[in-house]
Amino acid sequence: MREIKAADVSAAVARMCVSANTKLPDDVRRKFEEGLKNETTEAGKEIFRQLLENADLAFETKLPLCQDCGLAIFYVELGEDARVEGGVNAAITAGMVAGYKDGFLRKSSCDPMTRKNTGDNTPAIIHIDLVPGDRLKISYMAKGGGSENMSRVTMLAPSQGWEGIKKFVVQRVAEAGPNPCPPVILGIGIGGTFEYAPKIAKKALLRKLDDTHPDPKIAAMEAELLAEVNKLGIGPMGLGGSYTCLAVKIAMAPCHIASLPLAVNVQCHSARHEEVEF
Amino acid sequence: MAKYSLNTPLTDADIEKLRAGDVVLLSGIIYSGRDAAHKKLTDLLDAGKPLPFDLKGASIYYVGPSPAPPGRPIGAAGPTTSYRMDAYAPRLISLGLKASIGKGKRNDEVKKAMRDHKAVYFGATGGAGALLSKCITASKIIAFDELGPEAVREMTVKDFPLLVINDAFGGELYAKPNLPE
Ligand code: SF4
Repeated sequence: MREIKAADVSAAVARMCVSANTKLPDDVRRKFEEGLKNETTEAGKEIFRQLLENADLAFETKLPLCQDCGLAIFYVELGEDARVEGGVNAAITAGMVAGYKDGFLRKSSCDPMTRKNTGDNTPAIIHIDLVPGDRLKISYMAKGGGSENMSRVTMLAPSQGWEGIKKFVVQRVAEAGPNPCPPVILGIGIGGTFEYAPKIAKKALLRKLDDTHPDPKIAAMEAELLAEVNKLGIGPMGLGGSYTCLAVKIAMAPCHIASLPLAVNVQCHSARHEEVEF
Repeated sequence: MAKYSLNTPLTDADIEKLRAGDVVLLSGIIYSGRDAAHKKLTDLLDAGKPLPFDLKGASIYYVGPSPAPPGRPIGAAGPTTSYRMDAYAPRLISLGLKASIGKGKRNDEVKKAMRDHKAVYFGATGGAGALLSKCITASKIIAFDELGPEAVREMTVKDFPLLVINDAFGGELYAKPNLPE
């Protein structure tokens, strides 16, 4: 059994929270640069210009890219032959709390009924998968409320199929309009169950924006959805244009013969995530 | 589309010249307030108590900034999504609020209140929190300290860059999605 020090895990998580909130991922930056060049509207171009300037400024000053530093979501792959003393949950939570405090990140977690802020951004939302071997991989995503509020899950009838999926996704982005800070990124979960579809939808947002799905059929579905959504013309910040969505990432899972679960996780352009491996 | 530099408090004359799509560089005092603060402001009005700031000509910025690091007046401070304040906004507009600042769509009641009482809705660039913080030169909490990021702050802004999304004449800037019939 490999022992991984809790203090090492906490320190890495704290660093990751600060770094992800202050440094725009390179793949997102490349999309902004592409948008600045190719967007068809002046208003849309201006938004890309501002977002690039914002990214530079955040990196220099270590101010967060966005004041909504999100709930802290973690995807953990823990080897069956590895353990973290005191538990991986506790180590991640301690690191998150330290990172949000020392990095001057906003704490956005509250009681759902009294709306009282928990004060330290706890709880961290932690998904753990046990995997073979003795490695530990932790991916962190800062998920803001504005885009999360525009996300939806639905249980389609199997007869609705691909056409039904496309219709729901396009409708969702149309209704969300300017609210989730477009250009957005869509994580789509197709199949699974009522709780599993949204889980894989959100996790799909960890992929690089410019990667290609290894399954050519799914890659084609992603390209088709992206083109359909961009026909909406909502554009950056809803000001009109061809860049409503930067990328569509689909995750699929087998589902019940009676069901076609569909989850659409809307992510904003401030797509902050990082990972660390032990 | 015109470009204006305006100072707060805003007047009816300021509002009357603005049209959806205009660029406004706003300077002066604005107040932060989001979900929880709006609920508390409304509770104060219900109880007949005074508000922490004068609504006449006021501008409210829907923002919950990140904590100010040492040496800065404020952390990142971009807009939050405005529809969540739609339930409260018409009443505040009827009492003299001239501008709200946020991102995303407003409902019909808010648009009607802006027409009836001469007010505008400005959009700031969402997700540009670091950039927008440059235009905020001072900030202090004036009410509801216990709300943390949601407390009401009096902020001094200099040439804060805004777009008129909804004007006082029913004009709207947001693109309508092209949906197939
Ligand atoms: S939707 Fe994203 S970019 Fe917009 S305010 Fe929320 S976290 Fe920031």
